[in-house]
Amino acid sequence: MASSPVSNSSQSWFQRLEPFLMLVPAGLWLFLLLILPTLLIFQLSLVPGIRPGDLVNPSSLENYFKIFEPSVLWVILRSIGLSLLTTLFCLILGFPVAYWIALLAPERWQNLLLLGFVLPLWTSSLLRTYAWISILRPTGVLNTILTTLHLPTLDVMNQLPAVLIGMTYSLLPYMVLILYSSLEKLDRRLLEAAADLGAPPKDVFMNVTVPQALPGIAAGVLLVLINAIGDFINPELLGGPSSMTAARLLYRKFLGASPDWGMGSALSALLIMLVTLAIVCLVKYGDKNARSI
Amino acid sequence: MVISKANLSPRSNIITKPLWQAWWTLLMFGFMYLPIAVLAFYSFNESAISAQWTGFSFKWYSRFFNDERILQSLSDSLKVALGSVTIAAFLGTLMAVGLARYRFWGRDVYQNAVYLPLIIPDISIAVATLVFLAAMTVPLSLGTIITSHVVFCLAYVALAVSTRINSLDSHLEEAAQDLGATPFESFRLVLLPQLYPAIISGCLLAFVCSMDDFLIASFTAGGGINTLPMEIYSRIRTNLTPDLNALSVVLIVASGLVVLLAEFIRRQSQAKRSRV
Repeated sequence: MASSPVSNSSQSWFQRLEPFLMLVPAGLWLFLLLILPTLLIFQLSLVPGIRPGDLVNPSSLENYFKIFEPSVLWVILRSIGLSLLTTLFCLILGFPVAYWIALLAPERWQNLLLLGFVLPLWTSSLLRTYAWISILRPTGVLNTILTTLHLPTLDVMNQLPAVLIGMTYSLLPYMVLILYSSLEKLDRRLLEAAADLGAPPKDVFMNVTVPQALPGIAAGVLLVLINAIGDFINPELLGGPSSMTAARLLYRKFLGASPDWGMGSALSALLIMLVTLAIVCLVKYGDKNARSI
Repeated sequence: MVISKANLSPRSNIITKPLWQAWWTLLMFGFMYLPIAVLAFYSFNESAISAQWTGFSFKWYSRFFNDERILQSLSDSLKVALGSVTIAAFLGTLMAVGLARYRFWGRDVYQNAVYLPLIIPDISIAVATLVFLAAMTVPLSLGTIITSHVVFCLAYVALAVSTRINSLDSHLEEAAQDLGATPFESFRLVLLPQLYPAIISGCLLAFVCSMDDFLIASFTAGGGINTLPMEIYSRIRTNLTPDLNALSVVLIVASGLVVLLAEFIRRQSQAKRSRV
C-alpha cells in the first residue's frame, strides 16, 4: 500500500507531515512507557541500592551476585521447572483436543468448539484461580467428593501440585489455540497417501502428522513457556510459602515489606533474558525444521 | 481462528477406529468449565462455607449489587479500560496504517516493539513502569494506570488492524487518489470503513485484558484508586469472601458476551468480504 511518491506543488504541509502524525504519537508512547523503562530497569540492575537516587556504590554486578545466592537460585530454578512442567502438561493434555477439533470433529462445529474451549481464557484470571482455591482447599469441593466416596482426602492446597494445576489450567487454551491453527493447515492428502500405502495409524501419526505439526508445537510451547515464566497470580494464590517463584519474589522486592529495587531490577532483567532465551531457542529450532521439510 | 475451509476430502478415510480423542476432548472441556461451574454452584448456594448444597438463594447476588467497594472498584476499572482502549484505538489504527503505507529506516524495529508487551512478562512491565514513573517523579493516579495500559492495548489493536490491512485491496485507495482524493480523504473515506470491524474486535480484546489486569494496575495505581482485580485480589488474600462467587458469575457472563460479540463482528465482516 504505497502512497503516490509524486510530490506536486498542491501537496500541503499537512500531507507531508502525515507519516509523522501517524507514526510518532504511538511510537513516542511505546518509547516512553515501554522501551525507556525497560532500559532503566537494566541500568538500575547494575546499581546497588533500594531506590533510584540513593545509590552509594558505583555500578557493579552486586545485584546479580545476590541472585546467585543459593536461596534465590532455588527460587529461579523452581520457576523454570514449574514453567517446563506446565508446558509439558499443556502439550500432553492439549494435543489430542486440538487434533480432534481440527481433524476429526464435524466441520461446521469446529469454530464453535474451538471458541468454546478458549472462552474461559477471557474470564477474570483472578476469579478462575479463586475457583481452584474453592476446589482444592482442605474442605473444598474435591475433598468433599472424596469423603463422600470414602476415599482418603488430598492435601494439595498451598503446595506445588496446586500451582501446577492452576498454571496448566490457565495456559491450556493458548496451547490448544496454536496447535489447532497448525493442525488445521495439515495436508490431509499426505495422511491419506500414507494410509493407502499401508502405513499403520501409529506410523502415519508419528511420521506424517507430527513432523508437519512441529512448527505449531514449537510456537505453542513458546507461548505457554513465556507466559508460565512470568505467571504471578497462580503461584501466589495457590502456592504457599514453600513454592516461591521468581515472579513472586520480584513482586516482593518492589511492593513487599523489605524492598530492594536494585535486586528486583536484576531479577526482572533475568526474567526478560529467560523469555528472550526461550524465544531464540524455539525460533531457531522452528527455522531448522522449516528448512528441513 | 481461521474460518475458511475448502478442498477437504472425506475424513473417514483416515480414522476408522473409535475415537478416544473425542472422549478426551470432552474430558478437557469438563476441566476448562469445572471451576466456572463451581463458582456458579457456590453463587446460588445458601451456605457459603459448606461445599454441600444447602438450598437455593439469590442473597449473594443482592449482597454483591449493594457492595459499595466492589461497585466503586468496578467503576475505576471501567474508567481505566475505556480510557486506555480509546487512546489505543486512535493511536494503534494510525500506527498500523502508517506502518503499512510507509517504508522508513527502523521500521522493523518499530513493528517488533509494538508486540513486545505480549512477550515481556506483565510483572516486568509493571516494575519497569513503576521505576520509570518514580524516576520522573510522576505522582501515581488513575491517569498513570491508563497511560500504562495503553501500551499493551496498542499491541492488540495494532495486531488486529495490521492483519486486516494485509488482506485488503490496496488498489481501492489508489483508485480513490487517482480520482482526486487526497491521501487523508482516501484514508477516511475508503480505508477506515474497511478497518472498523478489525478496530472493534481489537478494542474488545484490549478491553477484556485491561479489565483483567492486576499486576500493572497495582504497580501504577495511586492512593485511593482500586481497580476490580485489585479489589478481588485483596479479598482473596485476606479471606475467602463469599461475595466473590456472585461477582464471578456476573463477570464471566459479561466477558463471555463481549468475546462472543467480538467473534460475531469478525464473522459478519468476513461474510461480507466473501460476498464481494
